[in-house]
Amino acid sequence: MTAPSPLLVVRELSVRNGSSAAARTIVDRLSFSVHAERVALVGESGSGKSLTTRAIMGLLPAPLMASAAELRFDATNLLELGPRDWAVLRGSRLALVLQDPRHALNPVQSVGHQLDEMVRLHGAYSRAERRERIEAMLQAVGLTVRVLGLLPQQLSGGIGQRVVLAMMLLNGPQLLIADEPTSALDVALRDQVLELICELVSTRGMGLLLISHDLQQVARYCDRALVMYSGRIVDECAAAALPHSTHPYTRALWSCRPSGRTYGTELPVLDPNWQIEEPG
Amino acid sequence: MSADSAARRFGVAVLIAWLLLGVMAPWLAPYNPLLQRIADRLQPASALHWLGTDGLGRDVLSRLIYGARPTLGLVVLVGALMVPIGLTLGILAGYCGGWIDRVLSGTTNIVMAFPQLVLALAFVGLLGPGLVHAAFALVLTGWPAYARLARVETQQLRRSDYIAAAQMLGIVGPRLLFGHVLPACIPAMRVRLALDMAGIILAAAALGFLGLAERPPTPEWGSMVADGGKVVFDQWWLATAPGAAILLVSLAFNCLADAPREQADGV
Amino acid sequence: MRATQNQGGDIQIRDLQVEFGAGQRARRVLDALDLTVVDGETFGIFGPSGCGKSTLLRVLAGIELHWSGYIRLFEHTLELRTSYRGSLRRAVQMVFQDPYASLHPRHTIERVLVEPLQVHRIPRPRRVALEALEEVGLPATLAHRYPQQLSGGQRQRVAIARALLLKPRLLLLDEPTSALDLSAQAGILNLLNRLKPRHPMTLILVSHDRGVIAHLCDRAAQMRNGRIEQLLDRAELSQE
Repeated sequence: MTAPSPLLVVRELSVRNGSSAAARTIVDRLSFSVHAERVALVGESGSGKSLTTRAIMGLLPAPLMASAAELRFDATNLLELGPRDWAVLRGSRLALVLQDPRHALNPVQSVGHQLDEMVRLHGAYSRAERRERIEAMLQAVGLTVRVLGLLPQQLSGGIGQRVVLAMMLLNGPQLLIADEPTSALDVALRDQVLELICELVSTRGMGLLLISHDLQQVARYCDRALVMYSGRIVDECAAAALPHSTHPYTRALWSCRPSGRTYGTELPVLDPNWQIEEPG
Repeated sequence: MSADSAARRFGVAVLIAWLLLGVMAPWLAPYNPLLQRIADRLQPASALHWLGTDGLGRDVLSRLIYGARPTLGLVVLVGALMVPIGLTLGILAGYCGGWIDRVLSGTTNIVMAFPQLVLALAFVGLLGPGLVHAAFALVLTGWPAYARLARVETQQLRRSDYIAAAQMLGIVGPRLLFGHVLPACIPAMRVRLALDMAGIILAAAALGFLGLAERPPTPEWGSMVADGGKVVFDQWWLATAPGAAILLVSLAFNCLADAPREQADGV
Repeated sequence: MRATQNQGGDIQIRDLQVEFGAGQRARRVLDALDLTVVDGETFGIFGPSGCGKSTLLRVLAGIELHWSGYIRLFEHTLELRTSYRGSLRRAVQMVFQDPYASLHPRHTIERVLVEPLQVHRIPRPRRVALEALEEVGLPATLAHRYPQQLSGGQRQRVAIARALLLKPRLLLLDEPTSALDLSAQAGILNLLNRLKPRHPMTLILVSHDRGVIAHLCDRAAQMRNGRIEQLLDRAELSQE
């Protein structure tokens, strides 16, 4: 019995600061794949996890450049897509949710207008059909039709993120990439929104690539975790196994969290001169 | 090289050349700009006179080089007075608030209503020809723009963390205003200044054209254009050379005003 | 139980009100708040965003002057609508939330640390500034850099060094690690723990992260809607 083919295949992905030989390598030959599961890329700022997602989505700002042996989404070779192909792909089969909902929404258009536009961009539906889809989606993310008339700045953080989610899922994508979707939210809301994301992903049979710096969050909500440091994947395990990882970096990242039990103690700090061992 | 930085380099190059011309005029000009040779009047460009001679036989190139001086002097004088006055009043208004702000803002608004060139003409009419007299008018009508932008920046800054931190550390008064608030106003000021300078060049040229700038026979670009205008169909170079100079310098300032935003914007 | 008589170094707040806006649009950010912070303790305040914790800190810092009520800081009873002066101003310092916004972008680190010393006529300001840098674990070479050239954790260390320059009796920290990632946060928390015995002072720390509060504080208050909902002692905090 063959395993279902992966949604996303990344092989030897590198992101460099320019094209010359002297250009700095920020992401170094990353390889991983995502099936219809919840995979997390965890690491601290500077580890290259955000740039990795940008590279996958074709959104790297100049002068950064990506190269890979293989970068495939379903049957589509992402390395060969032109701007028009990307416009068709993004928002329909491949969706991206960012940290700050305000950056994803047009500040001068109402929420309803933007959701409507999203549906119209990727399919021809009648007005009534579009309305139906939007209302069903709003319900799925726990919002009422009241938000349709609001402008983005009138939305609180949690609601804004739900609107972005709704917008991104309207066209039934196969893979959702979420880049620190809860970091800008209140602590109380984070779990709620992440739970919502995971629920939507599993009920729709989608894949999720979650970028996060919060190991505890990943351990609770994801299936697999890829730990990144300095542009490389240094550890890979089932998310539930993160607390028991034997890798020194993962262990330090897990246990440097403060709590009532660490009162008065010195928290383990990651040595900036920490060496990565080459595999094999 | 991006278009932005190419334009910027052009602007800087032209301005440096202009500065050199003005300062080094006695060494760069091939002839005495006031030396008249009626026998050689209205000659076209030649090996002897690279830009020909004017109606009184004076070398156009030398007059062009020396002509850089009055405009240069004007720009420096106006900038050196207009900016400090405007920024200081604006920062005070924005920081102190209350009645100080109301008085200063009211004054700013009133002065802003004055027409710049008309006032310059009035001053020159009262005090006699000379770009220095015109300069007073230009300073008087120019400072409100800087006061306004400084006021807005200062008001925004009042709520910033680093100003609050400075205040908590006992940094107050002039030290705070000039050491902390003023540096933050500089980026906006630079753009405004570059654009203003372009306008001032044109204002000076206009005054010169009307014969209100320097007393003849002192060379000045605007009056050279006026003189050349009388014979423009036959000796076109007499008006074109100083006209091109005015255009170039004004353009250079405009290019500088388009300078890309500072690195401080995006870390 | 502590005596109700004023201890010399305690911080007492009674019936504190802060209202923004006027008339119908008035919003009560702090509502009849009562609090006592014991001299020398590390006190934490947490709560959802909008609960008023940052405003409370800014009132104590002396940068928010529109309040009514009774506040006593050590032996000073605060006057309404009056900014701090003299020894009181020196005695209260703050570390701000956003390390990218609390250092002047056009000043070198050296200037950031030397200027307050110069203003208060502390002798040999350059030497004191370099020692302050060393104390927070930063190399002296950083002195000539600008804030943009430092990482978030490094900037926050500079902010802490700056806050300690005038030897304050009360150090306020407004979400000092919220903008930092986990290991930079760990470094700052370790630094604060190390500095506490060397700089005897009262600390009041605001954070949305209960783990940070529980790690650093002796006691804590949970706020909601401008009031203190619950006080937690060390035993209760160790359950967080």
